[in-house]
Amino acid sequence: MAELLQHLVNGLVLGGTYALLGIGLTLIFGLMNVVNFAHGEFYTLGAYATFAALGLAGANFFAAVLAAIACGAVLGALCEQALLRPLRAESIDTTMLVMIGVWIAMQNAELLIWGGVAKSIPHPFPTAPLVLGPVSIAPLRAFVLVLAAGLIVMAYLAIHRTRLGTAMRATFQDRDTAALMGVRIHRMHTVTFAFGSGLAAAAGALLGPVFLAYPSMGDLASLKAFSVVILGGLGNLPGATLGGLLLGIAEELGAGYISSGYRDAVGFVIIILVLLLRPAGLFTKQERIG
Amino acid sequence: MTRPLAVLVALVATATLAASSTVSAQAPIKIGVIEPLSGPVAASGNYVRMGAEIASDWINARGGVNGRKITLIIEDNKSDPKEAASAAEKLIVRDRVPAIMGAWGSSMTLAAMPKLEEYGVPMVVETSSAAAITKRGNPWIFRISPPSDMEALGLEQYVDRLGVRRADFLAVNTDWGRGAIAAFGDMLKKKGVAVGAAEYMDQAATDMNAQLTKIKGTGGDTLFLTTAVEQITLVLKQAQEQRLARKIVTTGGSSSPTQLIKQAGAAAEGSYHIVFFMPWFPEAMPDAKLARAFVDEWSKRGHPFEGLTEGFRGHDGIATIVEAIRVAGRDEPTAVRDALWRVSLVGVNGPIRFEKDGPTGKESGQSKPSIFVVQIRDGKVALPDFLAKQ
Repeated sequence: MAELLQHLVNGLVLGGTYALLGIGLTLIFGLMNVVNFAHGEFYTLGAYATFAALGLAGANFFAAVLAAIACGAVLGALCEQALLRPLRAESIDTTMLVMIGVWIAMQNAELLIWGGVAKSIPHPFPTAPLVLGPVSIAPLRAFVLVLAAGLIVMAYLAIHRTRLGTAMRATFQDRDTAALMGVRIHRMHTVTFAFGSGLAAAAGALLGPVFLAYPSMGDLASLKAFSVVILGGLGNLPGATLGGLLLGIAEELGAGYISSGYRDAVGFVIIILVLLLRPAGLFTKQERIG
Repeated sequence: MTRPLAVLVALVATATLAASSTVSAQAPIKIGVIEPLSGPVAASGNYVRMGAEIASDWINARGGVNGRKITLIIEDNKSDPKEAASAAEKLIVRDRVPAIMGAWGSSMTLAAMPKLEEYGVPMVVETSSAAAITKRGNPWIFRISPPSDMEALGLEQYVDRLGVRRADFLAVNTDWGRGAIAAFGDMLKKKGVAVGAAEYMDQAATDMNAQLTKIKGTGGDTLFLTTAVEQITLVLKQAQEQRLARKIVTTGGSSSPTQLIKQAGAAAEGSYHIVFFMPWFPEAMPDAKLARAFVDEWSKRGHPFEGLTEGFRGHDGIATIVEAIRVAGRDEPTAVRDALWRVSLVGVNGPIRFEKDGPTGKESGQSKPSIFVVQIRDGKVALPDFLAKQ
C-alpha cells in the first residue's frame, strides 16, 4: 500500500512535468497546425538559459527562471517571424521540415556552446525530502508541481478569458473572418508561437534543476509532449493537462507493477488505443461540422 | 623527339617517381578512431578522443613508429550504432587505415564489427563491456576493456568486505546493461548473495522514481547500478529523494566519481565505483610514472579532471595499435592484426596482452585489464576502508 501511494505520488509529479511540456505544444501544434519538432529544443534552451543566468550573471533562482521564459518567448517570436511567416501559405509538411531543421540546428548549437558534459543547475531548495507518512517528495519537485499547475491555469485563462486569447483562437479557426474583424493575423501567429515556446522554456527552467541540462535532453521531452497532445486532443489545454497526468501515472504504474523495461511501451500502448478508439483525443468534445 | 631530350624526359620522370615514393614512405601512418562525439554520451567519447590525442602526440614526439609519424583520423558515431558502422566503412574504404580504435558503446561496437570482417581490418575496443563482442567469433576484434563477467570476477574478492547480502540491480536497457546484470548476478549468486529486483531504464530516461520505489520494496542492502555518468547522477539524486538507504555500487568504469561529487553532491556520499584508472592515486597504478605523466599532461592541456577515468582508454588504445604496427614493421591491416597477438605493453591501466576468446578458429583477442574500487567519502574520492587498510 505504501508502495502504491509512493508510485501514485511519483506519477503525479512526473505527469505534472508532462502536462507542462504538452500545453506549450498543444498551442503550436493544435492551434497553429505547425508540427513543432523544435519544441524540445525550446525546453533545452530554458534549462541552459537558467544555468547561464545563475552561473554567469549570478541571478537569483526565481529571476533566472523568469529570464529563461523570456528568452524562450523571444527566440520563439524570432523563429516564427523569420522562418514560418514566409511559409504561411505552404502545406503542413513544409513547415514540419523547417522545424526539423530548427531542431537539428538548435541542438548542435547547444552542443557547440555548452559541450556534451551534462550541467547540474543549482537551486535554493533543501535536498532532504518532505516525508508525509509512507510517501516522500523532494521540495523542489513539490515546487515544480505547484508552479506547473499555476502556469497551466494561467495559460488556460489567457486563452479562454482574455481578448488576446479570443483573437488567437479566432485567427486559427478562420483567418479571413478574423482579419475582417480587425484581428492582426501576423501578430497573432507570432504571439502564439512565442507563448508556446515560452511555456516550453518554462518547463526546461523548472525541470533542468530536477534533472540535468545536456544538449539531447529535448529529444525525450519532444516525444512526451507529442504523446500528451495526441492523448489530450489538438489545441485542448485541459486535455493536455489530463493527458500529461494520465501518461505520467500510467508509465509509473507500468514500470512499478509490470516491467521497467517496458515503461515507455505502456505509454505508447495507451496512445495506440486512444488513436484507435477516440482519434480526436481522449478529452475532445464531439467535433462540430461546418 | 631527339635522343638526348628523350633521355632527359626519362630522367626527370624517374626522379619525380622516386621523389613521390620517398614522400609516401614519410607520409604519416593513419589510425582510425570512432567515438561518440555528439549525442547522449558525447562527453565520454570526447574524453576518449582527448586521451587518444595525447598518446598520438607523445608517440610523434618520440619520433613516431617505424620512422614515420602517426596521424589520427577521428570519426563521430553520434552515439548511434548505424553511424558507427558507416564510420568504420568510411575509415577503411576512403582513408585506408590499417587499424581502428572504437567505438565506446557496446551497441556501437557490435554494429561496426561486420565491416571489420568484411574488409579485414583490426579494431582495438577501448570501452565496450558486452560479452558478445569477443564471443561472436570475429577475429579482427582486440579488446582492452574488461567485459562485464571479468569485471564481476574482479569485484568478487571484495563482496564480503563490502557487506553485500541482498542485492538489487538497476541498469540501462542496452547490450551493456543487460550483460552487466547477468554477469554480476551470476557472480553474486555463486557467492550466496540473494538477488532481488532487476530493473531497467531507457538510455534517455531522466525519471527513475518508479524503479527506485520498486527497489525500495525489496529490502536489499546493496544496489548495483550500470549506466553512464549522467544517469548515475540522476539515480543518486532520486535515491536520496526516495530515502533509499542502500550501498550503491556502480559498474562499467564510466561513473567518473569526480563529476558525481560535483553534480550529485551529498547524494553521492558513500557510493562505491568500479573504475579502471585511479587518477586520484596515480602512484597506486601499475605504472605509476606513466599514470602520473598522463594526469599531468591532461591537466596541462586544460582538460577537465573528471574526464580522466575515460580519457586513459584513448591513450591505451592508440598505444596498443602503435605497438602492433611497430611489431609488424609495416602498416598493413593483416600484418597489424597478426602483430596484435604478439604485443605486450604497459598502458595507463596496466599490462596489455591479448588472450584468445570466443569460438575456436575465429577467436577475438581479450586483454585482462586491472580493476579498482573507489568510494566517495566526505566529498572526496578515497580508497574504500577495506583497501586502504591493506
